[in-house]
Amino acid sequence: MPPLANIVVSILFDGLAYAMVLFIVSVGLSVTMGLMGFVNLAHGAFAMAGGYLTVSLTRSMGVPFLGALVIAVIAIAAVSVVFERTLYRRLYRASELDQVLLTIGLTFLAIAAFTWVYGPVPQSVRLPDYLAGQIDAGFRTFPTYRVFIIAVGLALVTVLWFAFERTLLGAKIRAAVDNRRMAQSVGIDVDRLFTLTFAVGSGLAALGGGLALQLFGMTPSFAVVYLVFFLLVVAVGGLGSLKGTLAAALVLGICDTAGKYLFAGAGGFIIYAVAIAILLARPAGLHGRD
Amino acid sequence: MAATDEIAVAARARRFLAAHARLRPTEALPWLVAVAAFFVFPDRLTFGSQVLVMALFALSLDLVLGYAGILTLGHAAFFGIGAYTVGLLAARLDWTEPLTGLLAAATCAGFAGALSGVVLLRYRGLTLLVLTLSTTFILQEFGNVFDRVTGGYDGLPGLSFSPVLGVFDYDLFGRTAYLYALAVLFVCFCLARAIVVSPFGRSLVGIRENTARMHSIGAPVHGRLLVAYTVSAALAGVAGALHAHTNAFVTLSVFDFENSAGVLVMLILGGTGRLYGAFWGAVVYMVLQDSLAKFSPAFWQAGVGLLLIVTVLFARAGILGLVEAAGRRLRGGGP
Repeated sequence: MPPLANIVVSILFDGLAYAMVLFIVSVGLSVTMGLMGFVNLAHGAFAMAGGYLTVSLTRSMGVPFLGALVIAVIAIAAVSVVFERTLYRRLYRASELDQVLLTIGLTFLAIAAFTWVYGPVPQSVRLPDYLAGQIDAGFRTFPTYRVFIIAVGLALVTVLWFAFERTLLGAKIRAAVDNRRMAQSVGIDVDRLFTLTFAVGSGLAALGGGLALQLFGMTPSFAVVYLVFFLLVVAVGGLGSLKGTLAAALVLGICDTAGKYLFAGAGGFIIYAVAIAILLARPAGLHGRD
Repeated sequence: MAATDEIAVAARARRFLAAHARLRPTEALPWLVAVAAFFVFPDRLTFGSQVLVMALFALSLDLVLGYAGILTLGHAAFFGIGAYTVGLLAARLDWTEPLTGLLAAATCAGFAGALSGVVLLRYRGLTLLVLTLSTTFILQEFGNVFDRVTGGYDGLPGLSFSPVLGVFDYDLFGRTAYLYALAVLFVCFCLARAIVVSPFGRSLVGIRENTARMHSIGAPVHGRLLVAYTVSAALAGVAGALHAHTNAFVTLSVFDFENSAGVLVMLILGGTGRLYGAFWGAVVYMVLQDSLAKFSPAFWQAGVGLLLIVTVLFARAGILGLVEAAGRRLRGGGP
């Protein structure tokens, strides 16, 4: 394979894997923000909790990796409902500043708790044999784990698209994102809808955190460092839009990977520059409405 | 008839402004405390000057967040620009005179504020949050890429500055640094106070409370916000420059999210939209940080997280809000 084509394939492949993680974590944030306008900066902390839970389950309790991921998703979704019912719901009608402060507070608490338990060194897990190694595609090989992430991501895109576009629940969510008052007045219980999407979104964040373990390595600063990327994806995609979140995750994931491949050292710029350029051209995001 | 009405309205407006501008005796308290601290804690003056620097930083944030209602998570950008202005001037150009350094820092940070404000202030909510955050991270990446000039993540260590006013040299006990920081803080406080009690400052509050109405009475909303943002950026730049002066080093960590979030927490703790909230918030935050971080950094982080949650849920007006409520109750005016 010619070297240039090889680099392009690497960028697209790694970018796609990265984009899938970004999408999985961000989609819940986008929908909950679209529904209630709640600025949840603790979303990265939920993703981090999912990652650490996966670490503990596989290492200390000997749960297989995939099983650990599933348990982490369910556990974090359940925990998130507790937070939503006790803390978040008090601030639905409060100002954005209050929501930002509460969720920054939660993030700091989470960082402190996870530093206390796991220490500041990066944690990772041993992958099962069927996910380690490389897959030979004929013209070159690809790391199996990234192929797995892409597969999980694409499967989730399909499932979420179906749930969003083809079920009654999805129709209710779309209606509530479009116009909350109108949705309420035709009898949709938006509060319950929010709790549900919040739980699903946090569960997906936990899944993203678990998948990200092997890509980024999990440290307590994950909740802050990657939060910025999740927020970028949500803002660039447009609040409450599945299509937008996917498009934003792809654009930002691939641009970021390209930047890091092509301009080592200076590549960190690219993701911010692209995001700012898109937001300046389309303030409401790729698929948002003004 | 119309003429007397106008006169009456103008008189009422003047009385309203004068009532806001009047100096209250309690306003002397922070300054007395700051001067007393100089004599009571002679061995903690280095820490004291850090508190004063952060108070100035929080004050600059109060102008945009507390008065104009602009929610930003990227104020560390201007603090960092100020710090790197004096740092680079001293390390690369041998420009070590502190006061002109402060002016240069204010100019650079103010210019950056005006430039970014023209674009950013048209946005609200999540988009504004994301854009301000991204701007800060871009600056950090920028500093990292040009590490030959900026020193990268190692920063600019061991800066040395000329004596303040050519006379007062920095001493080992931080006496000069403390008084220097206090003097700069006082001057900036007077400036900020003059701004918020002016008709301009009142119109910022109007924008915060009801932007649509300010538009409809013909106030140039974007222009006012831009001026406030620029002044605030310049003050944050001065705070950053003071930080570099008193610490004698700068690193790229000034652009960290923790710095933007920390100053926000200080302001919230003290109380927004009250000027002096910045002062008391910085004192409480820094003292707590100093005493809790001794046990472990995680301990402090948990403490600040808990403090933030409790403040938001139960004491939204901050320490000064609690004090005011207690004062009203004592006077028998009810809660």
